Parts: sequence; structure tokens; C-alpha cells
Amino acid sequence: MVIREKKKLTPHGIILIVISVLFVLLMLVFPLVSVITNSLKKGFDFYIKSLSTEYVLSALRVTIIATVIAVVVNTFFGLMAGWLITKFNFKGKQILATLIDIPFSVSPVIAGLAYIMMFGRLGWASPIIDSINEMFGTDIQIVFAIPGVVLATIFVTFPFISREIIPVLNTQGKDEEEAAALMGAKGFTIFRRVTFPHIKWATIYGVILCTARALGEFGAVNALSKTRGETFTLPLEIDALYLAGSADSITAAFSVSSILVIIAVIVLILRNRFEHRELKQKEQV
Amino acid sequence: MFVELKDINKTYGDFQASKDVNFEIEKGSLVALLGPSGSGKTTILRMIAGLETPDSGDIIINGVRVNDVNPAKRGIGFVFQNYALFRYMTVFQNIAFGLEIKKESKKNIKKRVEELLELTGLTGLGDRYPNQLSGGQRQRVAFARALAPNPDLLLLDEPFAAIDAKVRQELRTWLRDMIQKVGITSIFVTHDQDEAVEVADSIIVTNKGRVEQIGSPYDVYKKPQTPFVTEFIGQSRFIEDYHKFLGFDKGDYRGAVIRPEFIEAFKLDNQKIKNYIDASEEGTVKAVHFRGNNLELILDVNGIELATYRSLERRRVEVGEKLRVIIFKVIAFDGDKTVILENKELLGKNINNNMLESYLYDESQKSFVI
Repeated sequence: MVIREKKKLTPHGIILIVISVLFVLLMLVFPLVSVITNSLKKGFDFYIKSLSTEYVLSALRVTIIATVIAVVVNTFFGLMAGWLITKFNFKGKQILATLIDIPFSVSPVIAGLAYIMMFGRLGWASPIIDSINEMFGTDIQIVFAIPGVVLATIFVTFPFISREIIPVLNTQGKDEEEAAALMGAKGFTIFRRVTFPHIKWATIYGVILCTARALGEFGAVNALSKTRGETFTLPLEIDALYLAGSADSITAAFSVSSILVIIAVIVLILRNRFEHRELKQKEQV
Repeated sequence: MFVELKDINKTYGDFQASKDVNFEIEKGSLVALLGPSGSGKTTILRMIAGLETPDSGDIIINGVRVNDVNPAKRGIGFVFQNYALFRYMTVFQNIAFGLEIKKESKKNIKKRVEELLELTGLTGLGDRYPNQLSGGQRQRVAFARALAPNPDLLLLDEPFAAIDAKVRQELRTWLRDMIQKVGITSIFVTHDQDEAVEVADSIIVTNKGRVEQIGSPYDVYKKPQTPFVTEFIGQSRFIEDYHKFLGFDKGDYRGAVIRPEFIEAFKLDNQKIKNYIDASEEGTVKAVHFRGNNLELILDVNGIELATYRSLERRRVEVGEKLRVIIFKVIAFDGDKTVILENKELLGKNINNNMLESYLYDESQKSFVI
């Protein structure tokens, strides 16, 4: 347990606090508040109306689909990767761990373009998709279609969950797993009963971060999604509304933005709560 | 023999952790694997458990070669160095885990766990989590958990390493008694010679991946067979020029080890030493260290530093004081063997330590001193 002493603030402390608070207000709080105020500039009725257009509803649907799939896929993948990297020894482990982090360092736009290069009409994976479509009589499109949007979202949010759980698993060691294995427990039972309880909060925390990032993704999705009302996500729809330029559409852009801001605030609050839970849990163990 | 290891070899990269390891363990015995860190003792334990695989050689438990038998099917209970208790399970759930995996009925599990809680003196603590227990209690949980599925062989990796010194002593006795009570064949790893000597029926001393000596604590202590064991056990000092001491010839040995208990030092006016004065030589007290239940004297004899113990009941000695020193024996190194050399001057004199002790009334201290 850490006991925090309340200390009297020194002049340095006061100056630092003033600078930080001013910075946060100017750079973060005021802009976000202005989004909300702008969105309500033409009244509440207009606000509701601008949120219920066909384009916005479609964008909301696409965003939710992409986010849910990305979170599910990345949770599964993140848990597997975290488990693999921390509990097993194999050649190239370090390389794999580094590869997982690529989305952190690559610009999302490049990710989007990379998928176009891969799945687009001239891409090397395009014949594979074509032959699959031919064989099953399907009409799967990746680029400029919802699968592309989903793929781009997955790419960008790829490392969030594994990055949260790997440090937790690393500090924990392999003893408990070995003990369980010696008693005859099999892989999945060990994971479920012994390993997972350690990373429960870290996983939830990762899911929240992943959700927040997936909801707001713009760059990668922008490269792969070109049809408003079909493959546009909320950020793309906001962009389109804003670029339309009329006073009404700009206010509508703010209305749609306000949804994302509200979701972001909720995520922040949740994140804080889980971070707190995680800390408490660490203190206990 | 219940456990047999035959010609076991194991390497990690360039490091040879086990070299031609051979030993046998009788059913029901409590054996210590003793050695310094990096001597390969934990590797041996982990290979028996099946947590590591030997490169060559056979591991036989209860007449069955278990090299290719799944660790969980070897009938082994394992107590890890840091106990490796499941932190997110209660004491009860920890102990029950192995039984649940074996698909025992709920009723049997409950009965067995309660039995073990009682055996290990943990009754009433079943609902606690490991972090709510003391180090000693955690060890008991680890012990109970390892015993729950009724294994034939119990393996313990440095069972006392994570416990503070004061409780450790108590737990040693507890564990020895408990293992005797349960009657299970047990092997434990330790780097602490006192622990091995006090707890085990038999000690296997390891060094650099090899088995140096196997024997009872008494034999390992009194008749160390190799230079390594001689220096590792007891508070041993290696002295190259041991022949400078009275009563010892040079011989073909490269040196010898002298332990504090091989030496006796007397005040010059000690009456009892008169008969043996010829076998003694002069030494100067260089330092006196208080060690709780006795004193450690550092002596300078013929320019060589020696250590001996002195009872607190005896008269006090000062730094710089001259004493008469008798060295009863040394353990000399002959290649990779050892030879015990007795003090020639004392041969045929039937001398022993106790004969030299007598209580004298000391007027200045108003008490008896030896």
C-alpha cells in the first residue's frame, strides 16, 4: 500500500500545475467543448435530425460493425499472442513480438494503401479473391467495400490488447502454469483457470482502448472506403459533411462529431475505473 | 530402489548441467540434493519431475522408465521454490486443483482437502488467498497441494529459500516430521548444508553437474570423499602449507582442509594441557567474533590463519593473547580423493576433546570456567 503524504506545494509545483492545466484546457478541453456547443447551435431538433439522416445511420452501422469485429478479432489474437510470447520459447520470438507493434509505428494511411496494393485490382492477392468468388459463386470485394474497412480497422488496432497483457504476463513467470501442468491440467484449462485471472483487467482495459481507437480511425479507412452511405464510417461521414461547406452541413458535422466525443468521454471514464481496479489488484497480489 | 537415475546427461547450449549422473533412492527416504548454485541440482529435480528432458540416460520411478511419461502421470508432487501457489484461488481451491483435474467427486475433494488442511495445521484458513498468508503458511499450502492427489514421490525445490531465518528453523523440523508422518519418498534441493544435514536421511552432493558424494549426513560430514565436498561442508579452510603445523608431514598432498572443530586452543595456564604440551604449539589471537552461542577465534599459528570455536562458558581471551593450540587432524587432498591425517604427536595417546575440558572456579569471574 502506498501512503501518499500531502505536501505543501513549492513554487515550482504551482508553476508546473498552471502550465499543465492551461495546456490541457487550450489543446483538449476547449476544442471538445466547442464541438458540443457548435453541434447544438441550430437547436436540438436540428441536432436530432442531422443525426438521423440515411448517411449518418449507415456510417454508424459500418462503424459499429468494423469496431465489433476488430475488437473481437484483436482480443482473440491479442490473448493468443500474449500467451505465446510470454509462456513459450521458440526461435524468432523476439521478431514476432516486434512485428506485432508495427501498427504503432506505421501511418494508418500507409496501412490503407498497403491493403489496396494487396487486394486491389492489380494487387497480388486479387486473383486469389477472384478464384474464391468464382469457386463459391460469391461476390466478395475487399477494397472499397466493408471487408476492407474492417481489415483496415483491425490493422490499426492490432497491438492494443497484446501490448496490455504481455507486461503483466511477463512479470508473472511460468511457475503457476508449471504447477498446474504437473497436476495434469491441459493447455486450455491452465489458460482459463491459472493464466487468465492474472490478465483479466489488463484485457478489459485493452478492449476499451481498442474500441476507442477503432471508433475513431480515419486514415486507413479513408484509403479503402470511397462510397458515402455504404462504406463510410462516422469519421469519414463527418469529414464529408464538413467539406460540403454549407452552414447546415457544417453544424451537422459537429452533431455527428459530438457522438464520438461522448463515446470518447465514456471510454475515458471506463478506462479510469479499470485502471484503478487493475492497480488495486496489483497491490493485493 | 524406488527412484533410479542412470547415466543422465543434460546440456543447455554450451553449458553441461548434468554429467553422468547416477544414483538410487530407497522407498520412504528423505534425500537432499545439496550443492552450490549452478551445480545442477535443480536440473536433476526438474528432470525427475519431467519439467526438463535429459539428453541421454534413464530415469526410473517405481520400476518404470519414465523418460517418455507425461509429467502429470509420474505420480509426483512438486513444491516449487516460490511455492507457485495459484494467486487467484483460495487455499481450498489451490489444494483441490489437482483433484479436480483428476475428476474426483466433489464430496471426495472436500474430504481430502479438509484432511490436508488439518494435517498441515491450516484448518480455518481455507477461504484465504495466498497473499493473505505468512511465508510459513504458504509453504504449508504448497505442501498440502502437492500431497493432495496422493503422489508416490514428493519433490521440493529449495523449500526454505523464501522464508526468513527465524521461521526457517521451525519449518525444517515441521517438514521433516510431516514427511515422516506421511511416509512419502521425498527429494529436496538445497544449497544450505545445515538444512541438508538437519533434514535429510541421506545427502547427494552435486558440483558442476556431477554427483560428488552420496551418503548419510554423518558420513558426508565426517568422511568427505572429494576435495569439493570437504571444502563445501562445514566451515572449512584450505591450507596449502599444513605441514608447517606440529604433528603433520608434507606427504604427496597438494594441501589440506582444517575445520574449526579440528582445533583446540588453551590458555597457557590451563592445567589439563600439561600432558599434551608437546603436541601443542603457540598461536596468537588475531580476532574474536561473537557468534551467539559461541565465539569464533581467529588464530595466527606459524604465520597461518586458523579459526576455532570457543564456548562462552570458558575464560575470556583477548586479541593479541598467546594460546597453546592443538590441531587434531586435517583432511588432505590427494588428487580428487581425500585422506584424513591425524596429528602424529597425539597418536597412541587416546586423546579427545572432552578430556581436555574441566570446570575451574575463576575467582575474578565468580563462576566456573572450562
